[in-house]
Amino acid sequence: MSATAELKKTPLNAAHRGLNAKMVDFGGWDMPVQYPAGILAEHEAVRTKAGLFDVSHMGEFRVKGPDTLRFLDWLTPNAVMSLVDGQIHYTGFLTEQGTFVDDLLIYRESDTECLLVVNAGNIDKDFAWVTAKAKGFNVTVTNESDATGQIALQGPLAEGILQPLTATDLKAIKYYYFTHGEVSGIKCLISRTGYTGEDGFELYCAAGDTEKLWNLVMAAGQGKGLSPAGLGCRNTLRMECKMALYGHEITDEIHALEAGLGWIVKLAKGDFLGKAALESAKAAGLTRKLVGFKTFEKRDIARDGMAVLKDGAIVGFVTSAAPSPTVGANIGLAYVPTALSNVGNRIQIDIRGRAAEAEIIPTPFYKRS
Amino acid sequence: MYPADLKYTKDHEWLKVAADGTAVVGITHYAQDALGDVVFVDMPEIGETYNHGDEFGTVESVKTVSELYMPTGCEVLETNGDLEAHPEFVNEDPYGKGWMIKIKLVGDLAGDLMDAAAYQKLVSAEAH
Repeated sequence: MSATAELKKTPLNAAHRGLNAKMVDFGGWDMPVQYPAGILAEHEAVRTKAGLFDVSHMGEFRVKGPDTLRFLDWLTPNAVMSLVDGQIHYTGFLTEQGTFVDDLLIYRESDTECLLVVNAGNIDKDFAWVTAKAKGFNVTVTNESDATGQIALQGPLAEGILQPLTATDLKAIKYYYFTHGEVSGIKCLISRTGYTGEDGFELYCAAGDTEKLWNLVMAAGQGKGLSPAGLGCRNTLRMECKMALYGHEITDEIHALEAGLGWIVKLAKGDFLGKAALESAKAAGLTRKLVGFKTFEKRDIARDGMAVLKDGAIVGFVTSAAPSPTVGANIGLAYVPTALSNVGNRIQIDIRGRAAEAEIIPTPFYKRS
Repeated sequence: MYPADLKYTKDHEWLKVAADGTAVVGITHYAQDALGDVVFVDMPEIGETYNHGDEFGTVESVKTVSELYMPTGCEVLETNGDLEAHPEFVNEDPYGKGWMIKIKLVGDLAGDLMDAAAYQKLVSAEAH
């Protein structure tokens, strides 16, 4: 395809091609959707052994200055003031309406410095958003996205594969904490986070070190069942855990409470962007909710964007759906009116003109034991 | 990857015509590779008749779904029941165990079917 020339490339582009990955245009990035093993095998590897993802396309902004915490606590809905050095939390950039500009992770380096990790497709929009909102605060905001590489080692064997490569005691890093260290001599930010529902680490390094780091981790996982893992399984893995994907479960037309993300909205803290709208929404009661569903027939595979029906009328929409490798059923996430949102309720999905029966089931669909 | 004894469509089906006026239909290597792991094939009813180009089913993979189009006018004689339990045959052996339907040709064979060389040229163009 002629457009390939204009796609952005991560530092691992050649490595993916060397592994015979199938590359796709993912939000303007030339990214591996799968390697020769395929989505099902890669999904299984992450759930049972380990998978290695290139997530260098993600964006990184550094906020520094005396007002760092005060600024971020106003800019985002989660409790930034409660973070300690070396701690991370999931949060969002919200509009005045409480809807999403993006979702992100905040890493607290110190009380005057935080790292913000945002979605690749939203880097330019987010950077404009953050810099515009920073006016009046004593902070500097730097976009380090192009200078930063990132790989995600995910799965139950992640710690065992990574530990021999580093002097950092990985056991001491708790879930959603990070530290700085070296992995085979390469300076990294080592973060116990991920987007798969499994244990694992995300390693941030200088862009120029990324390929070396990738190769070292791949070699360390050789014989231990480590598989390179593409965006295809990243999507099925995160969906099974009901982790939101921007543009699907969360958009600038969906607010944080209906998305089931009330846990990142700390209404008891001081003022923040979107607070008034979310307080009103809470007081008025939610009109719709994000639910999980499954269909019953093998042929009834729902897909993103399909309409949700009740008694023949359109009442909602599917945000993400696929045959779930781990659950072994055709599952999906959808927005439905609150009155229809209880577990056990029946809805229908409009699958190419056929009203396929579906039942609302508990989420997450998968939780690691 | 594209056997010489088959005929091909622009929609990436293959057709193997027998001397008795029947044919077997499946999807090509290129199609299965583009779909990725196949998880379900929605088959037509036996005895159903179709015109050239009619949609006769769908093939679902983990990440996407694709329609199947009749390569030529026909009546459906048989469907591959093994794909119910083993949809992965479509990926593993698209011209063998991954066959989808057996048909009886009705009327003339469609005029736009390609030989292997022409089809190879088409997929090379699509891949670049």
